[in-house]
Parts: sequence; structure tokens; C-alpha cells
Amino acid sequence: MKTDRAFHLKLYEQLVLIREFEERVKFLFLEGTMPGTIHQCQGQEATAVGVCAALRPDDFITSTFRGHGHALAKGLSVQEMLDELFGATTGCCKGKGGSMHMGNMDKGMVPGIAIVAGGIPLAAGMALAFKLQRRPQVVACFFGDGAVAEGAFHEGVNMAAIWDLPVILVCENNLYGASTRIDKVMKNPRVSDRAASYGFRGETVDGNDVLAVYAAAQRAAEECRAGKGPVLLELLTYRRTGHSRRDACHYQAKDEREAWFARDPIERFAVQLLDRGDVSQADLDAIKADVDRQITAGVENAKRAPQPTLADLTTDVFA
Amino acid sequence: MKRQGIAEALRDGIAEEMTRDPAVFCIGEDIGVPGGWGGAFTVTLGLAEKFPGRIIDTPIAELGFTGMAVGAAMMGMRPIADMQYGDFLFLASDQLINNAAKMRYMSGGTVKVPMVMRAPIGATGRGSQHAQSMERYFTGVPGLKVVAVSNAYDAKGILKAAVRDDNPVMIFEHKLLYGSKGARAEPGAVDATSEIPDADYTVPLDQAAVRREGQHVTILGWLLMTHYAMAAATILAAEGIEAEVIDVRSLSPIDYATIGASLRKTGRVVIVEEGPKTGGVSAEIAAGIMEHCADSLMAPVVRVASPDVPVPFTPILENAYRPDVSRIVEAARRLAQT
Ligand SMILES: Cc1ncc(C[n+]2csc(CCOP(=O)(O)OP(=O)(O)O)c2C)c(N)n1
Ligand SMILES: [Mg+2]
Repeated sequence: MKTDRAFHLKLYEQLVLIREFEERVKFLFLEGTMPGTIHQCQGQEATAVGVCAALRPDDFITSTFRGHGHALAKGLSVQEMLDELFGATTGCCKGKGGSMHMGNMDKGMVPGIAIVAGGIPLAAGMALAFKLQRRPQVVACFFGDGAVAEGAFHEGVNMAAIWDLPVILVCENNLYGASTRIDKVMKNPRVSDRAASYGFRGETVDGNDVLAVYAAAQRAAEECRAGKGPVLLELLTYRRTGHSRRDACHYQAKDEREAWFARDPIERFAVQLLDRGDVSQADLDAIKADVDRQITAGVENAKRAPQPTLADLTTDVFA
Repeated sequence: MKRQGIAEALRDGIAEEMTRDPAVFCIGEDIGVPGGWGGAFTVTLGLAEKFPGRIIDTPIAELGFTGMAVGAAMMGMRPIADMQYGDFLFLASDQLINNAAKMRYMSGGTVKVPMVMRAPIGATGRGSQHAQSMERYFTGVPGLKVVAVSNAYDAKGILKAAVRDDNPVMIFEHKLLYGSKGARAEPGAVDATSEIPDADYTVPLDQAAVRREGQHVTILGWLLMTHYAMAAATILAAEGIEAEVIDVRSLSPIDYATIGASLRKTGRVVIVEEGPKTGGVSAEIAAGIMEHCADSLMAPVVRVASPDVPVPFTPILENAYRPDVSRIVEAARRLAQT
């Protein structure tokens, strides 16, 4: 396991990048300059960063409607994402996808699948292809706690299990599916228990501890590459922001929010880093300043990025 | 009388039906969560407090809760199921099409499935998977009634008629018509408010409505396209072209009596559909017109629909995708001059 200073600072940078990206996007929406709708991941940054840090560049991820963090962690650029959000042709999906369908196949990210659980059988199918082609890649399939109730989860997971497919099933359990708390929709709220019923390994991890997520994802990736997949990782985390743009989260209890805010993944990792001795607050501040500059420049560019013309409407329908 | 938007009118309609008949209940995702939204578009807001235990929040499981609605309906309940976005009907469609729609027939007329499925549709800046015009996929299914509501009066009256009907009824609603004011109003939302009578009323599930009379050309639309057709008619009137606008409203069955009466007057028809042209409801209507009232036609049927592509995210392309007032005006003008 990599434990060097540079690696840790890289993880920290990614966490901060996702947080600041989301905060800026939120501002742009509220300001009215950015079109569409958004589902954001403030508070959940460590799941994306920890899992993707354990993947190789040619490994794939699948994502959801809440995919900005996954995309940044998998290496999509701030620019191609902001351009996409502004509907520009230079966006990662030429402006045709938008916030919910962010992706870039060259960087190992399938465009986000906004149908809850829709990415699970798809990821299993990608893993089946890797197995048939004897390629060493793995797929990390991100989904929420809400997806576990869908038929697609059970059908996809069972097939991944019976054929030992190299797919890491990453459940970001943020306690809510939209406004509905998990205890109202699961008799057994421990998602990782599902794995045993299909005959493979599942594990519940503190999803707000980026190093714990990284370690778990590394174990899972190794097992998958050794033909011992799938693995189900349940990452416990919390959404600090609304489900989507106009949600004030009145269904989240105040004490619950406060307890989770106190376990913020970025603040916690900062404390861990500072405790090491060889990282200073100035190092962290410099990272933040650098990220801010990158995002500010990105927004300026995205606002001027080329918009599609009507001819683009009918392209890209067929290969 | 009071002025209401579609969301409030549906809410009142549901509440009145639940009060009238204890067999009525609602089932769907995020429809009754305390501190929540009352469904994605506020239709059931506050009803969970009024009707404890009868606004049932489900897991995210469309196939499951739709099947449960079908089963409960078979056992004497009258469920109103809420599909958060119409696009998710694909997940529920097995229960709707293989079970709900066929149960009556397969049982030799012994089973009843009195259920309602409500679903919002429309391209609204959310990208390809939260945008589709889903009504086309259900209009050709024998055993299903399919309606589409374009104003608050109809929404309430049709909801009530659907609840009281002994068959599965699908009600399509449009995201840009729930309300054009307030915190949850969408960009591009259109005013679909109506004066709502205090007394109980229903609107039949099998009738189109003439929204504007005219003698030169008939424009057929539903949901958002009814409103765009009305705006087009105003522009056309200034040019001396009097368009008759019909809200098709009942998409299965289609009311060829009302459409035919209009065509006998105008001899010309433009069918406007949000959604790809190929395989759309407008294709069925065009064929039906040829079967029912070809004698009245003085010119071929014209369609204005979306191109055969998925709904794009970027606003420039989304606006070009969705038929708009100017495309309707242009089509009607050209047709009126033939
Ligand atoms: C099949 C389907 N049903 C419903 C929705 C609407 N919807 C979007 S996100 C969401 C909640 C998802 O919860 P979860 O899986 O826990 O992910 P989270 O939002 O917490 O990231 C719902 C119900 C959808 N997109 N797809
Ligand atoms: Mg969740």
C-alpha cells in the first residue's frame, strides 16, 4: 500500500477539488448561469477518491446521476466537465449528456446512468467482457443505497457472483434514497450483508475515511483481478447537500446532520495529514488555492466554450 | 370556484377521492415522507398527514410497487400509483402491460384492475433519461386507457374519473405544466391553471376537447403541445388564418368523433407531438384520420414532432428538439395555403 506523503497529498487534492467543484457548480446554478439540474456529492468525496485511487487508468467505473465526484476522481478534467455542464461541444459528452450523464470512455468512465440501479447489470456485463477477453481490468460500479431495492441490483449482482466477475460493487450508503431514509425501506439496513446471500464477500467501510476506502478498494480490486470477484463494498457516508438542486433536506434530522458534519471526510483527512508531521497547514492551503484557481479558470473558459449548432442535433445517434 | 394549477388540482382530486372511498390509496417513491416533497412535483404534499397509512412510500422499486398496485386493485383496492418520472415506466412496464392490461381478458372477464398510474413526462433540461414522452409506449396496449392532461380543470376531473374507472388508467402529466409560479416552478413552465368548481365533477376519459374554434386548419396536440398550439393559433389569427385547436387528451382510445367534426370544417390538420416522429401517437392519429375521415381531407396530414433522436441535454439542442410555436405556425400556415 502506498503511504507516501505525495500520494496522501494527491488524495487530499482530489477531495478538495471535488468539494470546491461542487460548491462552485452550486453557486453557478443558484446564480442562474448554469442550465439543467444537479445532484451533488458534498460530504461523499472520500468514496469516489478512495475507490478510484485503487484503480488503474484502464479500469472502468460506472456512475449515477450523482457522478461529478466519480468523474473527477477517475481523471476527467475540470474543463471537460464544466464545458459539459454549460452544454458546450467541448464537454466530455459534447453537451448532449449533461450533469447526470457525465463520462469519458477514454478515461475509463461510462457516462453516468441516471436510472437507479441501471448501471449494475451493465457493469457486470462489462466485467463479463473482460473475463471473456482475458483482460486484467476491473469495473467499479457506483450506486446508492436506494439501488439495492431495484430488481436490477439483484439480477446483476447474482450473475456477477455466479460467474466470479471482476466487478467491485460500490454502494455509497448515505442513509437516504432521495428523501426516504433507509430504515423505512430496508428491514436489514446493512447493505454489505447482501453479498453473503449471493455467495461472495461484502464489507462495510467508513466511507468518510479516504484511507479506509482506499484500502478496502485495493483488496477488492486484487481479488477481482485474481478471478475472485465480485466484492461488495458498502461505504457509509452522508450527503451534506440537497438530493437535487431545489431540495432543502427538511427530512434529515438536525442531530443526524450535525453528527455527520462533524465527520466530514476532508476535515478528518486534513487532521490526519497534519498529525503526520511532514505536512503543514500551508501545504493544504496551497492545494486549496491551486484548486480554486483551476476551477475559476475553468468556469471562465466554459462560459465562452463553443455551443452546438442545429446540425449537432441529429449526429451521434448511431455508430 | 378557485384558481388552481395542475399540482394543486390533482392534490385536491386525490384527497376528495380518498375521502369518498376508503379503497383509494397512493403508492410511490417519496410521496409522503415527513419533511419531504409530496412526490417529485408536490402533488401529494400534505396528504400523508391527512390520510395516515394511505400514502405509501416505497423503496426505489418501480416494477415492485406497480405490481403491488395491480395486485391490490385485483383484491378490491383502488391504488393511485405515482411514477416519479415517466422514463421509469420502462421498469414498471412488465406489470402494466403483461399483468394489468391483460388480466381482464385472460381471466375471461372475471378480474377487475381498477388502478391509476400517474407519470410526468417532457424534455426539461434534465438530459436523455428524465425527458422522454412516454405515452407512445402505452397507447397501443389493449386493455389500458391512456389520457394526458393539459390544464388543472382536466387534471382533477380526469383523475377522479380514472379512480372511479374499473380498468387500469394511465395519466400522463407534463413537468412544465404543474405550475408556473413559486419555488418549484421550472424554467419554461407554462401557465396551466384553471377555475376549479367547488362541486364534485369528472371529465370523461375518452373525449378530446376543442380549445379554440376556427375554420381554416385543425391543430391537434396534447400536454405542453396544446399550449404551444394555442399560442400558434393566436399568431396565425393575426395573419387571417383561423386555426381550430383540439386537445386530443384521450390518447387511447382516440376520439375521432371530435376530430372528424373539426376536419369536416377545416379539411386540414396538423398533428403536434413532443417526442420522436417515428412510431409516435401522431402516427396512429394520422392513420386513424385516414380510416375515419379521409373524405374530409383537402390536403395530406402534416405532423410536427421531434426528430428521431434521444432528448439532448444542452439547452440549444433541447429547444431545437421540442416542437415550438414557430414550427407549428409555419406548418399550419403552409398547410392553410395549399
Ligand atoms: C429507476 C429510478 N427510479 C427513481 C429515480 C429517481 N431518483 C433519482 S435519485 C433517487 C434516489 C437514489 O437514492 P440512492 O440510490 O441512495 O442514491 P443517492 O441519491 O443517495 O446518491 C431517486 C428515487 C431514478 N432516477 N431512477
Ligand atoms: Mg442514498
